[in-house]
This record gives sequence, structure tokens and C-alpha cells, in this order.
Amino acid sequence: MRGLEFKGLRSVEGPIIILERRENVGFGEIARIRDRSGVMKVGRILEVSDSAVAVQVFGPTTGLSIEETSVEFLGKPLELRVSVDMLGRIYDGLGRPIDGYPEPFSSEFRDINGIPINPSARTYPRDFIQTGVSSIDGMNTLIRGQKLPIFSGSGLPHNRLAAQIIRQARLKTEESFVMVFAAMGVKYDVARFFIHAFEESGVLSNVVMFLSLADAPSIERLITPRCALTAAEYLAYEKNMHVLVVLTDMTNYCEALREISSIRGEIPSRKGYPGYLYSDLASLYERAGKVKTSAGSITQIPILTMPNDDISHPIPDLTGYITEGQIVLERELFQKGIYPPVAGLPSLSRLMKDGIGPGMTREDHKDLASQLFAAYSRTKQVRNLAAIIGEEELSTLDKNYLAFGDRFERDFLSQSETENRSIEQTLDIGWKVLTHLPREELYRIKEELIEKYLPKVPEGR
Amino acid sequence: MVEGRIIRINGPIIQAKGMASAGLYDVVEAGDLGLVGEIIRLNGDIATIQIYEDNTGMKVGERVVSHGEPLSVLLGPGLIGRIYDGIQRPLEELFERTGFGIAPGVKTHPLDMERKWPFKPLCKKGDKLEKGKPLGVVQETEYLQHPIYLPPNKQEGVLVEVSPEGTYTLSEPIARMEDGTELFLCHSWPVRNPRPYQERLGMEEPLLTGQRVIDVFFPISKGGTAAIPGGFGTGKTMTQHAVAKWCDADIIVYIGCGERGNEMTDVLREFPEIHDPRTGRSIMERTILIANTSNMPVAAREVSIYTGVTLAEYYRDMGYHVAIMADSTSRWAEALRELSGRLEEMPAEEGFPAYLPTRLAEFYERGGRVTTLEGKKGSITIIGAVSPPGGDFSEPVTQHTKRFIRCFWALDRDLANARHYPAISWIDSYSEYGEELKGFWEKVNADWATTRAEAMELLKREQRLAQIVKLIGPDALPDTSRLVLLCADMIKNGFLQQNAFDPVDMYSVPEKQVIILRLIMDFYNRALRIIRAGAPLLKLRSLSVIERIVRMKSQIPNEKLELVQEVKSLLDRELGDLEKEYKV
Ligand SMILES: Nc1ncnc2c1ncn2[C@@H]1O[C@H](COP(=O)(O)OP(=O)(O)OP(=O)(O)O)[C@@H](O)[C@H]1O
Ligand SMILES: [Mg+2]
Repeated sequence: MRGLEFKGLRSVEGPIIILERRENVGFGEIARIRDRSGVMKVGRILEVSDSAVAVQVFGPTTGLSIEETSVEFLGKPLELRVSVDMLGRIYDGLGRPIDGYPEPFSSEFRDINGIPINPSARTYPRDFIQTGVSSIDGMNTLIRGQKLPIFSGSGLPHNRLAAQIIRQARLKTEESFVMVFAAMGVKYDVARFFIHAFEESGVLSNVVMFLSLADAPSIERLITPRCALTAAEYLAYEKNMHVLVVLTDMTNYCEALREISSIRGEIPSRKGYPGYLYSDLASLYERAGKVKTSAGSITQIPILTMPNDDISHPIPDLTGYITEGQIVLERELFQKGIYPPVAGLPSLSRLMKDGIGPGMTREDHKDLASQLFAAYSRTKQVRNLAAIIGEEELSTLDKNYLAFGDRFERDFLSQSETENRSIEQTLDIGWKVLTHLPREELYRIKEELIEKYLPKVPEGR
Repeated sequence: MVEGRIIRINGPIIQAKGMASAGLYDVVEAGDLGLVGEIIRLNGDIATIQIYEDNTGMKVGERVVSHGEPLSVLLGPGLIGRIYDGIQRPLEELFERTGFGIAPGVKTHPLDMERKWPFKPLCKKGDKLEKGKPLGVVQETEYLQHPIYLPPNKQEGVLVEVSPEGTYTLSEPIARMEDGTELFLCHSWPVRNPRPYQERLGMEEPLLTGQRVIDVFFPISKGGTAAIPGGFGTGKTMTQHAVAKWCDADIIVYIGCGERGNEMTDVLREFPEIHDPRTGRSIMERTILIANTSNMPVAAREVSIYTGVTLAEYYRDMGYHVAIMADSTSRWAEALRELSGRLEEMPAEEGFPAYLPTRLAEFYERGGRVTTLEGKKGSITIIGAVSPPGGDFSEPVTQHTKRFIRCFWALDRDLANARHYPAISWIDSYSEYGEELKGFWEKVNADWATTRAEAMELLKREQRLAQIVKLIGPDALPDTSRLVLLCADMIKNGFLQQNAFDPVDMYSVPEKQVIILRLIMDFYNRALRIIRAGAPLLKLRSLSVIERIVRMKSQIPNEKLELVQEVKSLLDRELGDLEKEYKV
């Protein structure tokens, strides 16, 4: 590989090294850094001036010396070698194979930063993905090409839910997905759990994995999702595949970004996170979608743990401002023993409206989902009231709502990790739990649909 | 021409030396790729430049060229129906040329220079061409007349040549003045300079949006300014889309500023299919899109707002009513913050530069209703979404915006979670245009002002009662109070909630809006008297007219308002029976 090599640094501070300026150093390009014992690291050029270059090193800088370090400038941005043979392989956080086999044979490289998709080149996503999970399919439908994150909390079963989605996700047309999985700063067990889930469902050979585990240098996490999305883009937009990308845990990614920002002495905005956190996250999430030039698609499921279960924390907040909805996991439901504990009201799929209904899922889907939302929202109010005045004091109607809420949580939301429900089953359960309400309360559903789908023999009474 | 050399690169902010004779805010071509940039600071012979395209790979020592012109947009026929990025590059053409990704350094023309436009002169040789006097007119779309004026930054003078009626491209001169100046169908204008007009006017004409909660409770005038603040997913974009589709403006400029790519695609997919109820034409024929999505270069996001408002002013100057949707001004403010940080300026609140309020004011000031140079009346209404972190309205962008707008459509998280859409809070929102618009509405329906006041009063009472209900339940309240709860629910379900996806409900004409609300209030007033005469609430609650009223919004189309009579007679019959029974 070409490259000019220079010896000696001006300064080292955390993951950032500064050296005297050299000719031909391009902003944003990569450098290879060799320490005194010959170990190579990768870095990216953050800033150049006519007297100095600042390089961010994606690896430990411990032991880097001013005199004995040499730096090589490669004259191009960080690239990933791409090929369909990436499927079934495991890479580290910087895109180097770690499964003991050589790099797939290919001379194709792609810039890991991708390029922004032209809005007029996009196809609006509207194909329904059946995940087999009622709370998602029925209430927060996932659409092919959507970015729909899971907002979780520590100890909540987000990984189990993600694995279940991975195992069960199908299109109505039975076309299947290939998968790209990126782990950022998670423990080895978590990675193992996913590998196992892939193995179990026999899809391991259709997965590309990028693992930057908790013991890898945190700064590496800034690269990992970009490698993963580059692989995904290649498979989707050049090889016409449908790609499902799971990124976990975005909270660790954001923390690495904060670390770098504070070392660079940038003015922080909220909670010490840099002001450009929104744009930076958008540069990842916006890589989901469908484009007119290809039949493939990228569906993204980023997972993040909300610090302190706080949805207004900058990480979930800015994510929610970019993604097309969110699946929120709720501790209260989890403690009641409900799996998956998908919160009824704050969860939302924004692309659902265009991907459901006759010809896509079923004609009653829209009205039914809207009615379930409304009724569950009312149930929440009734529960608050019951907590104060006692259940006995409630009106009959309010009692009906309590019964409905209970069945909704136990029968509709709750299902086992191996239960794969068809959309029809999901909707039928929805109708069944509605029988606990008087018919006049179903004001969001059209008469004809009530006539057609509401079970005649109510289970409730 | 000035040529300098790059000496420093820090993301989209670079510095170049040898620029002493360049001007502040001049455009440059930077680096080997000739990326578009703008000089934002000059110090000795060093220029600080903001780059509007991705500059990865740019090197120290590469050249920077300036032609001594400010950052401008090209104005002329052919803007309508197009989609541009923040610096007016046509995105469709970029897609054809470079594929689905936006590559830096591609040179394009904002307008089609080959297309021939039918031009009809209105001046002749020897006429004096003054500011505001139409030189001629071009039929831009089937329903849009596009007058051609002397560009406001050119000298008035006598015409020595005017082309005859015929078709011309944008690069063919159509007239010449005595000083030799040639005039074309298009001209360029610096985006940061507001275009001139004669005088500002009052705001007594409404911008009708077809959205009931807005038009009746928090109306906006043509030329007015509004902010829509709300946390993520509360409905800012949906509200702006609804207004863009149904409002009675002549032209819509929709600026997707730092938001999602798919939302722009959604507009491109949906707008051509929707027909303007007034003209019968597709609404894409009145729309210009500016898309600088969240993943596109941040400096161009900053400028996209000015690009949009300059296009709006251009059409305003022809006497049109233009409405601008800016989604989201918070992302624009963040672009300012990011660039300011890289310039190492002293930050004020939350890292935003101290000049944030000035910039916001300048932007909203470009809205307004005016007499144009020609003497026509034109307007620019600005509706800006605000995305406060954590949905907390006390943050700087929301707070400063509030100083410069007169309509505040506050979106409420609880309403959105309960799927009450549009989630515009009737408690936190306000409009200062109510008084000015009274005249208009009284003509639609003499009852407008009273109905609106009565209904608002009822909603406020319901809010107070709701506090009590939370503690003791509704059954402990007297029937008169429970009637308030019942009727407030009717207002919420039958009037305030409006389903953007229901073909009948998505847009309501003014008459329909007032009729529904008036009927609910009539129901309330008569029911109250019946209850006071001793009837239990149950008798009223079980009347079938309630459901009829609540479903009117989606059952009575705008063009069949006579169907209301049936509901009215049902109301008269059912309440009449009770009135007889209880001798009211
Ligand atoms: N008037 C409406 N009718 C029906 N659904 C609506 C309406 N307004 C909002 N929604 C629902 O809420 C979702 C989010 O709305 P929207 O995209 O407008 O939010 P937003 O405030 O722009 O969020 P963000 O700040 O993240 O961009 C929509 O996808 C839709 O499901
Ligand atoms: Mg939005």
C-alpha cells in the first residue's frame, strides 16, 4: 500500500495525537500508526493546518512515544473491503476478521462513512414485516426500510426481544433477510447470546457480525456501526438484498463520542454530550431505507439503554427525533411478569400507517390498533383513579376497562419467546380482548368491521 | 477573481490565505473539487470559510477561488414543483447524474436553461422600466402567471429593445436597456438580503388551514408567524404537511431542514396525487421543496432557511400569498451552534451562540404581508417547527422563538400518547391574530367569536374539573359538572381531533368548522337547562344525537353541508322531547 511514513509526534493526549504537518494529508482520511514495538493502529485525521495534523487513534494510545512512533498517511478515508462472502463472517470493531479465516477475496472497497442518500432517490418504505410479536405487528408495525429503535433499560429483556425479532422476521412474500449485527461495548455474553440465537435459527451463514466488545478501546465504537452499515449498504443497494441491521448498544456509542468531544475541549450541550450528537446519530440512522436504484432495503433496529430509564435523556431523545418511531420497554410491565414488556402508549411506529390495511395486513388493522390504543390509554386513567378511590367505587364501565387492560396485557402483549404469531392471530387476539368492553365503547372502529370481526360470544361475560 | 490557498481544515470550517481582496459573505470554490463555500470571516489576508459540501479528503495547500459574488439563488420560471438541497442544487438532476448518493463537487444549474418559456411582453421599446413594473409575463404552470420585473438590484432605465411575444430560454436576453444592461427571464439574488417591497400591511386576512383547532381556536393570518414546538413524535411534521396540503396559500415553500429523508420522499410521493380544492390542480404545482436532511452537510442546513425564504420573497413580489414550512428550526439553530463552536466563539446558553436570537428574529422578520413594488398585495406566512430537547419548552430555541412569533401551537406529549391528533394543546397554545381576524370570520358565521369563547370556557372548566375527577372520580360530581365533562369530550372527539388520514375529515372548510362547534355548544346550553330542571344526566347521555354530532366531522363532506340539517333536527327532536318532559 502506498503511503508516506513519518516519524515522531508533537503530542499525545488520550486518543488524539498531534504531529507536524506533512504534505498531502487529507481531512477525514486515515493514518496508520506504528508504536515502538511495531504494533499497528488505525487513526483518522480530525484537523489539518499548515503546521500540524491532529489524528484520532482507534486503539489504546498507552505507550505511544513522541520519538519512536511513526505515522503513515494512506490518502483515503477508512474503507471496508466488501463482498457477499462477508455473510457468515465475524469482524472486530474496525472491520478486521476475527474468526480465524482470511479476508474474503475481493478488490472492492467502500468508504465506511457512506454518502448521504439523495431524498429524491429514496423509495418510501411500505412493506409490512411480520415479526410474530403482537405488540409490534399489531400496534407498532415494522416496515421494510424503517429505522425503529428499542428503548430499553438496564436489566430489561431487549436482547431477548431483538433475538426473537431476528428469528421470526418474515415478509408476507416469504422473502427472507440477511442480517448485519454490530455490538458496541457490550459484554461477551451478550455477543454470545446473539451468536447462539443466530445459530439456533439456522441463519448464522446469513449474518455479518462486527464485535467491539466491552474490553475493546471505547473509541473503536465510533467506527463499528459505520463498518456494519457499509456492509449493509453494499448488500442492500448493490446486491439487492433485504438487510436487517441490529446495532447494540447505542448508548455505548454515544458515550465514546462524548469522551472524544471532551478530550478535544469542545463546548458540550446537554449532559456533556457534544452539540453535534444529533447530526452524528443521523449520519448512522439515516443510512436505513430503500433507494430507487436497487430492489434491496436496510431495516435498522438500534438498541439503546436509557440511563435511569429516562426517555428525555439526550441519547433516547435525539434518537427519537431521528428514527421513525420507537419500541419502548417498560419496567412496570416487566415486573408484572409480562414479556415482551412493550409499553403501550409511548411506543410508536411512524411508518405503520402506510404499510397496513387491506392487501397488506388486514382491513380491520388500522381501526383495531387505534381502538386498542384509545382503550388502553383510558385503562391507564382508570387505574390511577382506582389507586385513589379503590376499585369497588368505580363505575361498571370503569371496571370493564380494568378487565380489558388486564387481558390486553396478559393475552395480547404477553407471549412466549418462542411464540410466533401470524398477523391474523395477533388481530384476532386484539378483537377478543375488546369483548371486555361494551360495544358502544368501540367508537374508533367502523360498524361494518365490528359486525364482521368482533367475536359474537364474548369471552368476558 | 481572488485566489488563495487553504491553510487549515476543521470539518466544514476552513481557512485560506491570500484572500485580502475577497469580500465577506462571498462565495468561493474551495479545493480541487471546487466545493461551494462562503466566506464568513476575514482577518488580514486570511478568510474563514464555511463549506457546504462534504470535504473529506481536502488538503492544506489546495486553492480557493472567489469571484466576488455573494451566495445567491437563481430566480425565474421553473422553480415550482422542484426539490433542491440547501444551496439550491436540484436533487432530481443530481440523482440522474450521480446515483442515489449525493456526491460532493457536482456542478448543476438550479433551473432548466434549455427549456423554452412562453413570454408575453407588457412593455415596448422606449418605455421606462421602473421598479415593480412588469416587463412581461410567463405562464409558469397552468394556473400560475409569472410576471418578469426589473431585478430590484438593477438600475431603472429606458428600454431600447424588447423581444416580441414568443418562447425563450432563461439564457436568452429578452430586453436591453439604454445603459446596455440585458435582461433575462431569470436573475440571481443574495440569499441573506431580504428583497424590497413598498410597505408592510396589517394582518386581517386569515391563512385558512382546514385544521379546525387552528382555524377556530388559534388562527393565523396571511403574513403571520407561528411556531409548532413539541417533543419527538408529537406531530410537528404531520401538522406542517397538513397545512401545506390544505391551506389557502398560492405557493408553499417546504424546507426540510435537518430532518428525515423519508419525510421528503413522502411529500414527493403524496403531493402530486392531492388536488387543491380551490384550483383542482395537483398541489405539487404550487410547491417548492428544499431538502437538507439531517445527514446532509450541516453548513448547508444553516443556509437552507435563507434559500427557502428568498424563493418565497420572489413569489411574494409577484403578489402571491406564500406559506413557508420550516421543519425544524431547532436543527437550523443546532447547525449555527456547531459552526459557532468550530469558530471558537464564546457560547451563550446551552452552547448556542449569543447571536441566536438575532438570527431567529431576522428570519421571522422576512415574513409579513406587504404592498409589493408593483403595488399588489403579497404575503409570506412562516410556520416553524421547534424540537426542544426532552420536550422541555424552557430551552433557548423555544424561548427565543416565542419572542418573534405570534402564534404558538404547543404540542402536548400526553395528547400524542393518547393518540389525540393533532396534539395541539388548547391550554398552552395561543394566537395573537384572533382580534384581527374577527372581521373575516364574522362574515363566515356571525356566531364565530361567541362560539369560540364559549367553547374555550367550557374546555377550561373541564380542565379544572379533571383535577378533581383524578382524586374522587367523576361520579361524585353534580350532574351539571358531569355535563361539562361530557360536552368537553364531544368537543375533543368531534371537533379538536382531526384524522389526517380520513378523506373527509382531513380538511374542513370554515363553515363546517363553525357549524360543528356551534352544534355542540347548542347541545350543551339546552342540556344544561334540562338538567337544571331536574333531568338526570343519564337521560342526556343516552341520546343518539351525541354520536351523530361526534361523527359529523367524518360523515359530512365539505361540499354537502346541507346534511347538517338532519343532525340539527335530530337534536331538536331529542332535546325537544326532554324539554317538554321537564317543562323547560
Ligand atoms: N394529525 C394526525 N393524524 C394522525 N396521526 C398523526 C397526526 N399527527 C401525528 N400523527 C402520528 O404521530 C406520528 C409522529 O408525527 P410527526 O412525524 O409529525 O412527529 P414530529 O413531531 O414531527 O416528530 P419529530 O420531531 O421526531 O420529527 C405520525 O407518524 C403519526 O403516526
Ligand atoms: Mg418531524
